[in-house]
Amino acid sequence: MISTAITDLWYGFGVALEPHNLMYCFLGVLVGNLVGVLPGMGPVATISILLPLTFGMQPVPAILMLSGVYYGAQYGGAICSILLNLPCHPPHAVTCLDGFPLTKQGKGGTALGITIIAAFIGASFGITEMIFLAPFLVKMALEFGPAEVCSLMLVGLLAGSTLAKGSPLKGIAMTVLGLLVGIVGSDIETGQPRFTFGITELFDGVEIIALALGMFGIAEFMNSINNTEAVDMKYAKVGISDMFPSKADLKLAFWPMIRGTFIGSLCALIPGTGPTIASFVSYATEKKISKTPERFGHGAIEGVACPEASTHSSVQGDFIPTMSLGIPGDTVMALLLGALIIHGIVPGPQLISQHADIFWGLIASFWIGNILLVILNVPMIGLWVKLLSIPYRYLYPSAMFFVCIGVYAASNDMFQVGETLVIGVVGYILLRLDFHPAPILLGFVLGPRFEENFRRSLLISRGDLMTFIERPISAFFLLICVVLVAAQIYVWLRKPKVIEEEKAIEAQVPATPYSELAG
Amino acid sequence: MLEKFTLKRDYYAGGLMLLLGVGAAVTGSGYKFGTLARMGPGFMPVVLGVVLAFLGILIAGTALGSSEPDDKKFLPPNPQWFGWFCILAGPVLFIILGHYGGMIPAVFACVFVCALGDKTATYKSSLVLAGGVTVFGVLLFHYLLNIPFQLLRGVNL
Repeated sequence: MISTAITDLWYGFGVALEPHNLMYCFLGVLVGNLVGVLPGMGPVATISILLPLTFGMQPVPAILMLSGVYYGAQYGGAICSILLNLPCHPPHAVTCLDGFPLTKQGKGGTALGITIIAAFIGASFGITEMIFLAPFLVKMALEFGPAEVCSLMLVGLLAGSTLAKGSPLKGIAMTVLGLLVGIVGSDIETGQPRFTFGITELFDGVEIIALALGMFGIAEFMNSINNTEAVDMKYAKVGISDMFPSKADLKLAFWPMIRGTFIGSLCALIPGTGPTIASFVSYATEKKISKTPERFGHGAIEGVACPEASTHSSVQGDFIPTMSLGIPGDTVMALLLGALIIHGIVPGPQLISQHADIFWGLIASFWIGNILLVILNVPMIGLWVKLLSIPYRYLYPSAMFFVCIGVYAASNDMFQVGETLVIGVVGYILLRLDFHPAPILLGFVLGPRFEENFRRSLLISRGDLMTFIERPISAFFLLICVVLVAAQIYVWLRKPKVIEEEKAIEAQVPATPYSELAG
Repeated sequence: MLEKFTLKRDYYAGGLMLLLGVGAAVTGSGYKFGTLARMGPGFMPVVLGVVLAFLGILIAGTALGSSEPDDKKFLPPNPQWFGWFCILAGPVLFIILGHYGGMIPAVFACVFVCALGDKTATYKSSLVLAGGVTVFGVLLFHYLLNIPFQLLRGVNL
């Protein structure tokens, strides 16, 4: 098993090191790092804008670049949290608690140095996890019939909507809304146009880019306009020489990094619990087992190392269910899955065997990308810090231009720009009603495949709904769904202590002027 | 007892979902429903619409039951009508000017109007920003990426 993994990985490095692919990987992580640093910009919007520009490219460089944006943004996001106390990227919000006090003590550089080490360790473990786990999952998933796929998707949709932040009921409502938006367009079997209201442009369905940029672009700008405070750059002075942590700091941070990595890689495996939850859980754990919990919140280096390591290992692990089963765990993964489909690649267990170049090339590019990011972040830290001071009033109009032209470029059709605008207004209304838009994208991406498999499995069983319970694997997935719902009802009725503790930590994180959409 | 019936934001939220759900179910019932073994195109829309309507009732229902204070205002504490107007006017201008004028006027107007929405923006700062983004955008999208979008309609640049 190990020897095949090494040959596959070797092949992957061959793909990822092709100059063309390497260039796009570099471009991806560079852009990712950049938007990660900029307050108020996030990987979701950035990937949506870049997506239409990859239409003319081969699928391999396209996917390498878009993935690079996601993990690259995680490196940049920490800078914002540590130096400015601005939790503009949800996975790094908890890093503010100890990162900013460290900055005030003049140790911001050390915190950043530790972050980069933690990031690299976390990411490396996440990638290793993917190398061994993904082929194993695929072996299981190849046995799945439509009924199993259907039940598995249900698990993904339910987990994605109930485990995320906010009210689980509203999360499920958003998932259903996403499924309904996914229905718009011609029915695959009969060609009957549905929910198109006679608009010919809608016959092909709603454009994923329009949906993502409406929800995560326009709605986000409406939410944060004139709502952002001036950035306080008082403490944000860091040179390269400050970034090398002392031996004592490294010793202090070593075990928290390992524990964080472990928690992150576990969270990655549970669908719906992405990097944000991983970082909060690992911070709470670290505080609990520490001998000196009172130091947390006043500049404990462990409080930076642990959540950062878990964020990065979870980010890399996030790719496992998406690439091996075709079930995305969060918004970014839903978007990447959409990108795969647009490039004509059918997501699912057959991806690894049919498109080995994409899968193994992607894994190898993770490593190359992470090394590039470490190299980018150490000498260029001065530049990233300067970027932090770009005010929002210059950022959002420029971002608006990218939104408009990105949507237009997707199909050379002005109708799509209007569609984005309408979705943006609806998205803002939903946001004001405390709906979290992330599950909409999940439902939207999985919707058509869910309907197809649902129809097919009932066609095979001749309309017998029992087929979902009679098949053992499918029954197992449905059982998980029941457990998920039961757990939510339990939390709602009894309010257990663990959840309260986590809420207490969340309450300490400084309020962000940007909504939580950015991540 | 009376304060229980004050309006909460969650009532709007639940009501909106109920409305969308019923709307989807009614529209969906216009398509062929079919049977379980042979589902028609109307099956999913109707089922999902009913589920969404049910969730809407649940959302409003849990808000009724909870004693937690919830602000009943839909608008944020400091509504930014002018800002919102500018943000929405940007893409509208992009569509109109892009259709009749070409890429340069579309991009310039979009960025300029969007930038005016910020409280601290001046005409001058917005002009400079719009000019800069236009130059950058034309270089990147027209010359480097070659997207088919005429720079100025009727003028060959």
